Amino acid sequence: MKKTHFSEWGIESPRYWGILAVLGAIIAIAGVAVFYMEHSGHWVTGMTNQVVWGLPHVFAIFLIVAASGALNVASIGTAFDKKVYQPLGRLSALLAIALLAGGLAVLVLDLGQPGRLLIAMTHYNFKSIFAWNIYLYTGFFAIVAAYIWFMMDHRMKAWYKPTGIFAFVWRLLLTTGTGSIFGFLVARQGYDAAILAPMFVIMSFAYGLAAYLLVLMFVFKVDGREIGGVLLRRMKNLLGVFVAAVLYFTLVYHLANLYGTENHAYEAFILRDGGIYTLLFWGGWVLVGCLIPLGIIYHPGMGATRGGIIAASTLVILGGLATVYVIVIGGQVFPMAMFPGKTIVASGFFDGVNGQPMLYSPSLPEILLGVGGVAVVLLLTFIGIRMLRFLPTTLSDEVADPHYSKS
Amino acid sequence: MSKVKHQGRREFLKTSAAAAAVTVAPGVMLHTLSAEAAPRTEAVTDKVRWGMLIDANKCADGCNDCVSACDKENGLDLVDMPEGADQGLWERQRPRWIRQVKLKDNLSGKITNLPMMCQHCEMPPCVDVCPTGASFRRADGIVMVDRHTCIGCRYCMMACPYKARSFIHAEVAEKLTHAPRGKGCVESCNLCVHRLDNGDTTTACQDACKHQAIVFGDLSDPESAVSQALKNYPSVQIRADLKLNTGVRYSNI
Ligand code: SF4
Ligand code: SF4
Ligand code: SF4
Repeated sequence: MKKTHFSEWGIESPRYWGILAVLGAIIAIAGVAVFYMEHSGHWVTGMTNQVVWGLPHVFAIFLIVAASGALNVASIGTAFDKKVYQPLGRLSALLAIALLAGGLAVLVLDLGQPGRLLIAMTHYNFKSIFAWNIYLYTGFFAIVAAYIWFMMDHRMKAWYKPTGIFAFVWRLLLTTGTGSIFGFLVARQGYDAAILAPMFVIMSFAYGLAAYLLVLMFVFKVDGREIGGVLLRRMKNLLGVFVAAVLYFTLVYHLANLYGTENHAYEAFILRDGGIYTLLFWGGWVLVGCLIPLGIIYHPGMGATRGGIIAASTLVILGGLATVYVIVIGGQVFPMAMFPGKTIVASGFFDGVNGQPMLYSPSLPEILLGVGGVAVVLLLTFIGIRMLRFLPTTLSDEVADPHYSKS
Repeated sequence: MSKVKHQGRREFLKTSAAAAAVTVAPGVMLHTLSAEAAPRTEAVTDKVRWGMLIDANKCADGCNDCVSACDKENGLDLVDMPEGADQGLWERQRPRWIRQVKLKDNLSGKITNLPMMCQHCEMPPCVDVCPTGASFRRADGIVMVDRHTCIGCRYCMMACPYKARSFIHAEVAEKLTHAPRGKGCVESCNLCVHRLDNGDTTTACQDACKHQAIVFGDLSDPESAVSQALKNYPSVQIRADLKLNTGVRYSNI
């Protein structure tokens, strides 16, 4: 195994600036949408007093969850001493920071009072898991930044491993914290499940790796760098394991819910009668997000091709968005059980009359804000790899595979 | 007609003298019976815990008086639909502190009407989750939002088991001095706190109810009308399983 060398992203300037310009334009449009929403108030969105978290939260939570998963690649290299993964660590950490920044930007810009961010930073309610998350996120930035530094600076080599392990533990906390945001909402039936926090951890593994694979393959391709088949196969198989785990947790989550009688109505809603939510569950979460990618990954032909890996990763991400949508929005539209044994036949505040779900359809500005968050992630990543040495010059089998031998 | 019927039901129900004391002229009764509210200059203390008992049997079908009274008292009727908004969507976005709910028992088919508002939980989930501490519970049991530190994250709305809170979805042109509100913040029933802080002892919804379905007062004072009523009648907390010890109780649901 040869020593890995790193270099800046070397694509020609016009192309680089062209990519930045496109991303910048998307972000600018999102900015206009944010200004419009904040200036008018949330009445221009699809959000209501019943569905208080809309599409921006879906994107934000997806990106934050994926952020912690994107760091996985670096963690496997450092914390678990898998040498093959070590050259991949720098980009993994950078992408993690970028994903978190994009997700948080969306989250903050959807606040009713984003200008009061300073209040959020200075007034803490230590009982609130949300406030704890602010610490977890800030800490994540700091730790991962230090981690990148120690990866890049050989004088700091002694710190590399402990920081890597620390970052690994921290990110587990971070995803658990994000999952717990829902776990604390005992009043809502869809969220009242202990399994949600570990499920978020496993979801983060899958989404983060899928995002990492797509970014890695794209930046290497346009730059003419090589990724060897061995490495790709390893990561692809890892993705398969993570996606299978998501499917498994999904199964356990719903079986556990079906076991408890009080959740039958919610299960019937998601699994059978929920209209768009049922469709997104089976079609998005299960089929697009899990079954088809698994089929591609383990297909002897397709699984071995780059196109197959790209398709599988893309589907995992789309399915992941559907998953978060079903959890965040589906959990809110399902009426809360306030009066067991009774049916609400009329209400002055849309309490789920006759068990009807609440209505929600995302508006254009919400979609633009979410997409803008994704553009922020890519923009930060591309600027990062252009300015500093994040990318190994090559990941060919000769370099990456410890068992490689010239035969 | 409805009045006659109502009288009949009351005769049927009210067999004890204590009950009559509660129902007859509640405004007057409460003024004399409930603990004195702290005047403006004094700090709020936990000697008082404000609360309510709502008798669903008395709450009349089709009546909306408490809702209109609250809207007027707290300036909610001044929140206009923004130009260009979709009427149906706006109805789901406009703020409401109290609402009428009509229930049907799944087995017997019995119909019950009741008003729902913030239940002023002793262990309020909205306060627990609020990242900035804008949601808070006063020593006297009133749960409310500090409009100046609320960042509009809506986490409290996700956490409230009673869907008691409203987010201000649009700019509000006109507001009352005692009920300031701003776009992008969350609010909910505050038991007419401006009245209590000025030494008043009734809420607008209670005053408006012609059927005396709402008894308001100090739960810590055993002599108050609400404590007496709670002592004499079976009452429940909605979602008692959550053990929030609500300040608003119901009977006959
Ligand atoms: S009813 Fe809802 S808003 Fe009111 S105190 Fe309880 S949790 Fe908070
Ligand atoms: S919306 Fe306001 S009151 Fe509610 S949790 Fe957020 S900051 Fe607290
Ligand atoms: S107590 Fe006051 S604020 Fe609360 S519902 Fe009644 S009128 Fe409205």
